[in-house]
Amino acid sequence: MSTETKSRPVESEVAPAQEIETVSGSRGLLQHEGLLFEIGTPETTGVDLPAPRGLKSRLGGVTRAVQTGLPGLSEPQAVRHYIRLSQRNYAIDLGFFPLGSCTMKHNPRLNEKIARLPGFSDIHPLQPQATVQGALELIDELATWLKTLTGMPAVAMSPKAGAHGELCGMLAIRQALVARGEGETRKRVLVPVSAHGTNPATAVQCGFVIDEIKADARGRVDMDELRSKLQHTDDIAGIMLTNPNTCGLFETDIKNIADLIHAAGGYFYCDGANFNAIVGRVRPGDLGIDAMHINLHKTFSTPHGGGGPGSGPTVFSEALAPYAPVPFVIKDEDGFYRLVEQTEGVARDSFGRMVAFHGQMGMFVRALTYMLSHGADGLKQVAEDAVLNANYIQARLKSVMTPAFDGFCMHEALFSDAFTADGIETIDIAKALIDEGYHPMTMYFPLVVHGAMLIEPTETESKAELDRFCDALTSIARRAAQGDQTLKGAPYLAPLRRLDETRAARKPVLKWTPPVNAGIAAD
Amino acid sequence: MRYLPLNDADRRAMLATIGAASTDDFYVDVPPSAQLKTKIAGLPDHQGELAVERHMTKLAAKNRSASSGPFFVGAGAYKHHVPATVDMIIQRSEFLTTYTPYQPEIAQGTLQTLFEFQTQVAALTAMDVANASMYDGSTACAEAAVMAARVTKRTKIILSGGVHPHYAAATRLLCEAQGLTVVQLPVAIDGEGELAKAVDAETACVIGQSPNVFGTLTDLTGVAKSAHEKGALLVSVFTEVVSLGLVTPPGEMDADIAAGEGQSIGNGLNFGGPYVGLFAAREKLVRQMPGRLCGQTVDADGKRGFVLTLSTREQHIRRDKATSNICTNSGLCALAFTAHMTLLGGRGLKNLAELNHEAACELAHALGALKGVEILTPRFFNEFCFRTPVDAEAVLAMLDEAGVVGGVRASRLFPGGHMGDVIIAAATECTTTDDIAAYVAALKEII
Repeated sequence: MSTETKSRPVESEVAPAQEIETVSGSRGLLQHEGLLFEIGTPETTGVDLPAPRGLKSRLGGVTRAVQTGLPGLSEPQAVRHYIRLSQRNYAIDLGFFPLGSCTMKHNPRLNEKIARLPGFSDIHPLQPQATVQGALELIDELATWLKTLTGMPAVAMSPKAGAHGELCGMLAIRQALVARGEGETRKRVLVPVSAHGTNPATAVQCGFVIDEIKADARGRVDMDELRSKLQHTDDIAGIMLTNPNTCGLFETDIKNIADLIHAAGGYFYCDGANFNAIVGRVRPGDLGIDAMHINLHKTFSTPHGGGGPGSGPTVFSEALAPYAPVPFVIKDEDGFYRLVEQTEGVARDSFGRMVAFHGQMGMFVRALTYMLSHGADGLKQVAEDAVLNANYIQARLKSVMTPAFDGFCMHEALFSDAFTADGIETIDIAKALIDEGYHPMTMYFPLVVHGAMLIEPTETESKAELDRFCDALTSIARRAAQGDQTLKGAPYLAPLRRLDETRAARKPVLKWTPPVNAGIAAD
Repeated sequence: MRYLPLNDADRRAMLATIGAASTDDFYVDVPPSAQLKTKIAGLPDHQGELAVERHMTKLAAKNRSASSGPFFVGAGAYKHHVPATVDMIIQRSEFLTTYTPYQPEIAQGTLQTLFEFQTQVAALTAMDVANASMYDGSTACAEAAVMAARVTKRTKIILSGGVHPHYAAATRLLCEAQGLTVVQLPVAIDGEGELAKAVDAETACVIGQSPNVFGTLTDLTGVAKSAHEKGALLVSVFTEVVSLGLVTPPGEMDADIAAGEGQSIGNGLNFGGPYVGLFAAREKLVRQMPGRLCGQTVDADGKRGFVLTLSTREQHIRRDKATSNICTNSGLCALAFTAHMTLLGGRGLKNLAELNHEAACELAHALGALKGVEILTPRFFNEFCFRTPVDAEAVLAMLDEAGVVGGVRASRLFPGGHMGDVIIAAATECTTTDDIAAYVAALKEII
């Protein structure tokens, strides 16, 4: 192949990439794509269905007056529409996703393959139980793993996500108090200021009242304040505490906290969002907790899917186990797996049913596939590598950023914005990471640290990937310390620049509506 | 261990950088009595793909899949055909392995599909605004009830006798935990209209379902009128979203909130989950809605874009004052819904709904012709209930032996009642004339 150097444009004619406008609106590999409603028509369809036969209707006149008018796309158009949109998303499969508290680990494709076996994906929740023995056995097997890993005697499988698991745990606490005749008097739930927002929201959903506890200088529960909150105990329902906590630290006094709460007549709810740091190394059951949800979509690798589906099985101590929700699976003496669906017999003390059917089976299949792949030995290594990776990041960045607390962390490294120059904020650092090809860390959470930056690498990142990330963040942190104002405009290289969230909230546009002057424009 | 990139040399180098002797140093805050130095006993060690796949395949083989023969089970989850394209789209890494779109500059793919989803759900339900999904229909129903109590500042929730009992149970649980009173009207195949008489000046909302758990269609317009006269809201519930292609949607019946199950479009049966809850409301109620909302805005260059909005309703901002504790919802199931709905289009959905209705009409006609069988549902879409001359549990067991999964016995959903001889059966576009013939032949033998 020859090279025609003569025909190349001279250097002075080359414009910077950002300034090039295209007629199509596409930019190289990034294709322009409008809304479905701008490209489809109501008469287009991407499915071939037989025509109705014209049988006599038995709808009894309860018929739709106005058609939906929703546009359709042919199959090739639909494929391109969604693939083009997909290219505007960051994803774990593309790069490092250090979102603290979210445990964005690799999602094995074997899990996806197994979940699609018709024996799991194509069975109905109300089929005769004799025809779904494998499904019930799977739920029982997963329950055994969860109980063994947490050292807890019982588990409720039906909660649909982490926050739903919290609801499950707090409803069990409520039911236990009702059974003691103290349902109306014990309403106060202690929640650390550093807690996930779901904790106080959940407690209130269950009719409890929140009493916040401060963190101490070490980022843990302030024990003096806890003791002062427990001077009066007859209204105490319990405590909701995340461990390891949202500062990425193990609660040093956790057994003491459990003892104090139990002595006060309350129960200990542990938010298990950060279980990845201790799986296989510490059993929550040995710490004195009464209930804990487990996010299968964090620790056990089921995909986050852009915001769900999750799954939040909730383990219980002996004290709360009788109040767990229906349904649950038991194995009869003859080996038959049976669903207990009503609050009677063995489930007579159950607080009831939280949800239709039996939980997130699709997630159960993926989580068990993951557990079997890792085994007991591998899961212990998961926790250790996750914690090692986080400490490596903390060690590499502590000279240019400000660690929120002294000492080693667990699965996530937390920094404050103390190192930044005036006018440069956490969000500027986060958005600059986008230009470097990374998803930002969790920002402004937990609330107890100013301008918090929470970085959780998980165990599925290589050392080389962590080094590249730390090099990039070191450079950004230095610019932030020097007050580099160009950070305020980041990101520059993403599909869009910063979005106007105030405008979105002030006059919400929550669905597409046809332009009012469409007819004129068409002329 | 194929999911772990670090090797021992990496680990040693990293410990040296950190200044730790071993990973044990990181666990010093764990009380000694709770430290596990060896792996947890009683669980197997790691295994390769082949071994894991073998184990899981054995479990899967012990289940009878809906596609393996004549299948008529509904009652809240429905066997439909999902185009191959839908599963391809939701397996795209960029959708499957991303997070809730908190960073809109690099999440426009998810956000735009959510905006399209909200628009589709609003159009299907004929409501003003829809959110970005709930866990499922039952939790959407429960959230609708507590939202109605917030909006009206009243404490009484009235459920019809035809609301799916799982939905009723989930709603009762959440409402009673919040100190609300729940009144459940007597179980009735055709009793949604009774809500109009039950509503009073203390009522926050009445909750009716069409098609209801027995398949019965009801125009709730009169119920809405009675509710509004008393200052209460109508929550209109559905479990079969395909019905909305043909039957009167919540918005046309003056509902204030629509809550339902979206599984039938884009999502498989999956033994009950994950599914996708649909939630829509009148525009003036938007700031009391639970869950995520995606809204349109512009970026710094003036280009159109989408963001999560009105988050001052939500737990991560409002904490104990939030409208709901929901965080992770059903993002990927909502994408499956949207992709399937996009392939169908309005015309395709109507066609699909007609095929469903005709399959159910054909089934009802054939079963109703059998001596001793009585079709009990007066108006239906793709599901109805019928009385058999023998105990329903025994009938279904015998049908199963004949290779036909004949439906759900009403007594499984309403134990202790007087419905021991009632079967709820559904037919969809997947139901063939041969399936129906097999059902009729088997049932004829039994009764």
